[in-house]
Amino acid sequence: MANKVFHVMYDDDQKLLDAATVLVKQGIQVKDVFSPFPVHGIDPIIGVKRTRLAIASFMYATTGTLLAILGTWYFMIHDWPMNIGGKPSFTWIENAPAFVPIIFEFSVFCAAHGMALTYLLRNGTLPGMPASNPDPRTTDDKFVIEIVTEDNHAFSVSDLEEKIRATEVFELSIKDC
Amino acid sequence: MIKEAAIRRPLILGHKTYHDITNDVVGPIEGNAPRQWKIAISIAAVIALYGVGSIMYLVGTGIGAWGLNKTVGWSWDITNFVWWVGIGHAGTLISAVLLLFRQRWRMAINRSAEAMTIFAVLMAALFPVFHMGRVWQAYWTLPLPNQFGSLWPNFNSPLMWDVFAISTYFSVSLVFWYIGLIPDFATIRDRMVKPLPKKIYGILSFGWSGRAKHWTRFEEVSLVLAGIATPLVFSVHSIVSMDFATSIVPGWHATIFPPYFVSGAVFSGFAMVLTLLLIMRKTMRLEAYINIAHIEYMNIVIIVTGSIVGVAYLTELFISWYSGVEYESYAFINRFSGPYSWAYWMMMTCNVISPQLFWFKKIRTSLTATFLLSIVVNIGMWFERFVIIVTSIHRDYTPGAWGEFHPSVTDIGFFVGTLGIFFTLFLLFARYFPVLALNELKTILKVSGESYKNADKH
Repeated sequence: MANKVFHVMYDDDQKLLDAATVLVKQGIQVKDVFSPFPVHGIDPIIGVKRTRLAIASFMYATTGTLLAILGTWYFMIHDWPMNIGGKPSFTWIENAPAFVPIIFEFSVFCAAHGMALTYLLRNGTLPGMPASNPDPRTTDDKFVIEIVTEDNHAFSVSDLEEKIRATEVFELSIKDC
Repeated sequence: MIKEAAIRRPLILGHKTYHDITNDVVGPIEGNAPRQWKIAISIAAVIALYGVGSIMYLVGTGIGAWGLNKTVGWSWDITNFVWWVGIGHAGTLISAVLLLFRQRWRMAINRSAEAMTIFAVLMAALFPVFHMGRVWQAYWTLPLPNQFGSLWPNFNSPLMWDVFAISTYFSVSLVFWYIGLIPDFATIRDRMVKPLPKKIYGILSFGWSGRAKHWTRFEEVSLVLAGIATPLVFSVHSIVSMDFATSIVPGWHATIFPPYFVSGAVFSGFAMVLTLLLIMRKTMRLEAYINIAHIEYMNIVIIVTGSIVGVAYLTELFISWYSGVEYESYAFINRFSGPYSWAYWMMMTCNVISPQLFWFKKIRTSLTATFLLSIVVNIGMWFERFVIIVTSIHRDYTPGAWGEFHPSVTDIGFFVGTLGIFFTLFLLFARYFPVLALNELKTILKVSGESYKNADKH
């Protein structure tokens, strides 16, 4: 039997949430959901885990802080110490208050750009990438649940279709994949 | 579903559906450019070209082409720099601080406010860069290994802090703005029929498909970026103020400067947002999304920040007397009674008195009054920077060196030119970009939309 993919379209976010809850309760595995905006509450239903991007961002920030500390020490204390208005240039710690703004800015710089890049790479959203939403209306006002038979061996195609049709479906497309 | 308190005013007026929001925002992009837009961009582009010409003349001649002299070494250049950076701050405040405070009204205005931030910071950056004189050596401000040994820039200097602050601020704002734009570009891509625009918006949308996991990440990134953009925006204008505050010039070295500059920046930024949005909502028929409630909220921010600025002016004045330092006192007596007193009183009227008019509900809910006052505030905030910079240095310790500043044609051309470049960029944005965060707006439709909010009453 060829694998089939169901694209179940709903015309409202609440209908999508209700349908997803019903389908998952029946043991059907939902592969993905396409929506024009974040539908709050869908993640736990279809089993999307919490993202770890914030942790990544914190690590980028820490990297930035350390690099900025290393840089200020190297440029201002170690490599070419200068006497500027008699300000202490013998040890990093004495001179540190003057470095706080740059250490802060550089940490923010690394945190923001590191996280943004990770976000784009993890999503696979990069310039020129092809769009993969099943229907152009999913970026306007329609919501699609994607179900593949491969994940749902317990059900036959007609069985799945019947269960899906029991929800408030707007449109249903079944394709080979 | 979340229910909003009935007492809160609806943010999206009329009976809108998700599809209506898409139509209202994307519609103007699909249609032909309206005549007013063509006229406006032609005027702006001519002014921008005049600015480019002035800049080229400046680079060719050297910064002697400005009206600066031995006594007044900083004037319009740095005034314009601080003015533009300040204007930029409202965008980040709206998109980041209001996001952290979960203010839903930000969603209608954040996109254009952020665009304004980016263009304003670009304009700001032109001034210090061209003030360097040999602009092709601007990269010397970065700590790059070089043939001098290596000789590094001075990390103790607030001017160096500024390089880091402004470049971080600009690039982070740009990324924050663009990440928000990606899903909206995808909406435009999926609607476009003509192949070329479809292709262009396809590239701009990075292949966004709106998967559940991607939206989770999107919200996390928005929240964390807002969290780090908030201290960033406060740090940037604090650092800008330290360009003055860490010096030992009477009138400049005041510890009150950082908070005073930050509130002034938000004050002027909101004024500029209002100026731009009042025109945009009318010409692009966005009255349902940017309504009186939004304008009133922004005017309230203007009262608050304007009052903080007013208190700061008076505190400065009091402390200059209370400090007992005669040079400090003189700097301020000279400010309000010297040759530049007209600028001082202009600043006081525009920034301290005029925003207080917004205490009257009639005035803060009137579009005409808001528009006029927003321009008054912009003028006032320009004069604030001019007063701080020029009046503090035009009379120093040696009366023989006292002088005054007279702007040259190049000074004026450069400043007016940046206005032209700014408006050209903003008009291009308004024409080709989604001017409202349309997909974010859809998330508040059922909570704050008029027809949904009052649905139970019918």
